[in-house]
Amino acid sequence: MNQQFLVFLKALLGSCKDLLPIILVIAFFQFAVLQQPMPNVGDILVGLVLVVLGLTFFIYGLEMGLFPIGESMAQAFAKKGSISWLLTFAFCLGFGTTVAEPSLIAVAKEAASVAASGGIIDDTLASQLSYANGLRFTVAFAVGLAIVIGVLRIIRGWPIQYLILGGYVLVVMMTMIAPSWIIGIAYDSGGVTTSTITVPLVTALGVGLASAIKGRNPMIDGFGLIAFASLTPMIFVMLYGMVIS
Amino acid sequence: MELFFEFLATLKNTVVDVLPILSIILGFQLLVIRKPIPHVKQVGFGFIYVLIGLALFLLGLEKALFPLGKMMAEQLTAPEFIHSGEQVLKTIHWSDYTWVYVFAAAIGFSTTIAEPSLIAVAIKAEEVSGGAINANSLRISVAIGVAIGIALGSYRIVVGHPIHYYIIAGYVVVVIQTFFCPKLIVPLAYDSGGVTTSTVTVPLVAALGLGLASTIPGRSPLIDGFGLIAFASLFPIIAVMAYAQLTQAKAHQAVRTIEKRKRIKINKRKLKQKQQEPTKSSIQDKQDR
Repeated sequence: MNQQFLVFLKALLGSCKDLLPIILVIAFFQFAVLQQPMPNVGDILVGLVLVVLGLTFFIYGLEMGLFPIGESMAQAFAKKGSISWLLTFAFCLGFGTTVAEPSLIAVAKEAASVAASGGIIDDTLASQLSYANGLRFTVAFAVGLAIVIGVLRIIRGWPIQYLILGGYVLVVMMTMIAPSWIIGIAYDSGGVTTSTITVPLVTALGVGLASAIKGRNPMIDGFGLIAFASLTPMIFVMLYGMVIS
Repeated sequence: MELFFEFLATLKNTVVDVLPILSIILGFQLLVIRKPIPHVKQVGFGFIYVLIGLALFLLGLEKALFPLGKMMAEQLTAPEFIHSGEQVLKTIHWSDYTWVYVFAAAIGFSTTIAEPSLIAVAIKAEEVSGGAINANSLRISVAIGVAIGIALGSYRIVVGHPIHYYIIAGYVVVVIQTFFCPKLIVPLAYDSGGVTTSTVTVPLVAALGLGLASTIPGRSPLIDGFGLIAFASLFPIIAVMAYAQLTQAKAHQAVRTIEKRKRIKINKRKLKQKQQEPTKSSIQDKQDR
């Protein structure tokens, strides 16, 4: 019990260290640059304690739950030897985690109001909603496809750089022909798709697969799934913009 | 007590967000793999910890950091601060916004250090590489990348350049680096681009972009406010590969200096031998006499 408490205390200290930069930055700008007193100090202190506790619990649970489940599923699929089931799982994981992602919903909504005020779609709630939903499903499909391609790459052992660089070339070419109002949103959509729970799961899946399949190096082949998940949405959102206009 | 209810509400939202993932995992585990989950108790508790942790984390951010950070972004980009009470001119100069760039870099760096998903990937990378990749060094290089990216992105909003020139130039750098970088780091570097922009970074960075785009004359918040996140996910790739290249260069240099030292030692020894030989002979000479 005592030892466990000590481990917990150590983790808590680690979380404090992780948060220290933010606290320093905010304090510096508040006092030195803006030269204002700190508003509601009590609330901020309570909030900081919550953030530190939350980060500690998250990292604790990560190594207990998220990493093991990701790796054990990867190993089970590798043992089962059915590639089609593995790819189905990969697609579901990518699509399912993205379609409900809160930051994606927020970005899609904002993008819809841009499009409405720019006269690309009708300025009605219904058309805005259908546009936002279209965007969301496009991104979710793109992420699903990305995980499928990434998993296929791990199984076959394709070198990642050619795939990613090929994707970049595609992004650049699409940028030339896509309507200009979609480009900023498309570029951003690559970044918002990966949530805090998806990332550890997908990483563990990739590393687990690469260590279960003979001849794959977990370092070279295991990482890279998230890279695909932040590349394909750009391509597909630009495609969506081209189809709409 | 009120805090507790707020926590429950956040926890409920987190659970709802996680529900699709959970059902996919359970569905495939039970219907396709058809084997019990190994260490099911531990994994279950792990999931509960993750949920509680995330809920506490988000609630704390909402309570403490987001309002303050967003307010700061607004105040720093406000014309009153930029022009310090002087009449607002129609033409703006990019150097008026120096504090904004400093703030952008600082907030980009510090939020990335606290980003939970980056912590997860860094832990995994250290574990998989057997300690060859240090989790903290990886996180710091990603954070430096985000800092540079967001500062540059803010500069772009201020001067109003089209975004794709920057992104395409960034891609070219990534491509060139990929060919000269240690192969082991490439996939991880690519991953680090997508990982950085998550729970902590996105809301603050979005507030900064929106604040900038809505106060600068001639920028539309809806069109120019987007794009900061793209910068924040491109530059970490460059930074991580640069870190690997630096480490590699240092290792090469270390090997070279060790070789150099060896060579110097050998040379010295040879010199000594040469020097000793005549002295020996001179001593012998003396003895002979």
